[in-house]
Amino acid sequence: MNPNTLIQSWLDRQLPESAGQWLTEQLARSRSEPSRSNIQILLGLAPRKLGREDLMLRPSDHAAADRARHGWDPTGWTVDQAARIVGLAEHAVTCNDFPQFFTYLCRSADVQEAIALYQGLPLYPQPDQLEPQAGEGLRTNLRSVFEAVAHRSPYPREQFDDNRWNQMVLKALFIDSELAPIQGLDQRANPELARILCDYAHERWAAGRPISPELWRCVGPYADDNALADFERLIDTGTDTERRAAALALSSNPDARVQPLKARVREHVLAVEAGTLSWRSLAGTG
Amino acid sequence: MMLIDPHAHMTSRATEDYQAMAAAGVVALIEPAFWLGQPRTNVGSYFDYLSGLIGWERFRAGQFGIRHYCTMGLNSKEANNEELADGVMEILPRFALKEGVVAIGEIGYDEQTDLEDKYFRLQLELAKELDLPVMIHTPHRDKKRGTSRSMDVCEEHGVLPSKVVIDHNNEETVDEVLDRGYWAAFSIYPSTKMGNVRMVDILRRYGSERIIVDSACDWGISEPLAVAKTAQLALENGLPEEHVRGACYANALSAYGQSGQMKEEDWLNPPAIDQRTLFEGNSILRGGREPVVVQERSAGSLESLLID
Repeated sequence: MNPNTLIQSWLDRQLPESAGQWLTEQLARSRSEPSRSNIQILLGLAPRKLGREDLMLRPSDHAAADRARHGWDPTGWTVDQAARIVGLAEHAVTCNDFPQFFTYLCRSADVQEAIALYQGLPLYPQPDQLEPQAGEGLRTNLRSVFEAVAHRSPYPREQFDDNRWNQMVLKALFIDSELAPIQGLDQRANPELARILCDYAHERWAAGRPISPELWRCVGPYADDNALADFERLIDTGTDTERRAAALALSSNPDARVQPLKARVREHVLAVEAGTLSWRSLAGTG
Repeated sequence: MMLIDPHAHMTSRATEDYQAMAAAGVVALIEPAFWLGQPRTNVGSYFDYLSGLIGWERFRAGQFGIRHYCTMGLNSKEANNEELADGVMEILPRFALKEGVVAIGEIGYDEQTDLEDKYFRLQLELAKELDLPVMIHTPHRDKKRGTSRSMDVCEEHGVLPSKVVIDHNNEETVDEVLDRGYWAAFSIYPSTKMGNVRMVDILRRYGSERIIVDSACDWGISEPLAVAKTAQLALENGLPEEHVRGACYANALSAYGQSGQMKEEDWLNPPAIDQRTLFEGNSILRGGREPVVVQERSAGSLESLLID
């Protein structure tokens, strides 16, 4: 099943009959006479007609989502968001200037609508053309909008260049957003990001402010001598959680130079090897 | 007592005003689209302003447990720039149906020019089409005539008085507005509009039916605690609590609730999705404590409850 059909089947299952019927009619109209005004009506009325309940998903739905579109994760969607996304994804197929239209919609969206527009990024055509607007989504001051781009989505990993990627990771830390829900963190780690994050850690240390233990995840694989000194400090003076983070980060680096440091957090390194300690468990997201 | 300020231009206010309003019991406010103190020169800046009302400003309010609603409209001053006005009329339908938009407003007359009249009428038609209430700004100058004329035009267009709030009333306009069946709002705004001693007299004389108190606080010398201070002053002067509650909370909810976009449960029992994205909840009220009306603030004088 393709993603659009899947979303419709979830909504059909959950929505009351009259609401489901309204959506079916809107989608049919949007297909038979695609127009900007029809899709804007659907986007505007979705929460009024369908409500804003959480979209109820079973474990098998998540597996089906990943099969339909690799990396797609609809966790945390609401029914109005799902309806807006499927409506727009369908409209996009016949829209001849979708990237411009997408930008227009984002600029005139309310918060809940903006979240939906960005959550749908993995499902729209011409994904590379939408990248500048996705970057705008990251510039927001609204954490929920930022996370609609960054979290539980394959889009950033696939479309962002290193500069955009690095800024996204740094900003996530800056606004106290979790890193664990960002897809591709380990694959997209790079030396420049490791340097930026170490600088950021130094700023935080200097100001006497706490540092998210997740920061070290993107430093570990590219730890240079300076970064190794930071890990030493983390192990010497850090909290227990920070020592676990050090063990996790250092375990991702095969270099012989990290061995002495690993030995100092040996019990945690063993937990990593045994699979009982992971970045997800450290972040408390399961 | 829970309070609503149904007319507050928060984009022009500092963050500490939100803190003080929340501490004083304000659970919800309505921010009407308005004139920014100087004219916009193109529709783009109007577009960004309207999108800010439903975006960043709403989020900012939610951080303090205050529910933020707004009205969308072309104000009377900028209606005199025809090119801008036509552009705004084109984008209004896109914004008027957003979540939390409770009326078309504030619209009406400033100098009562032909262009003001034209766009006032067009927006009344839009409100009818979208089934939204209307918030009417009555003019500062030639007020009495401008107020009567605003109601005449509403009736000419078949807009029901029960869906129209006439704002910035005073002792001279209130009788006609109430007699004709409209909601009568009063802005407690130092020097130029109403003071709260006069407001208490009005509540004593008229009761609270269809009467609404707001602050209209903006970029001028104005008072974001105007609703809270008026409520407290009225109670201290022995007015019945139900009248105070009507004028400072319940009537605004009834009038603007007709939009279907503003409900008491929005702040009493906000949906989970809002608590994740928009609204931090109001721990003061949830904890069951009586809110404090006037909290220490770092700026401004707190000596007096009175606003003259």
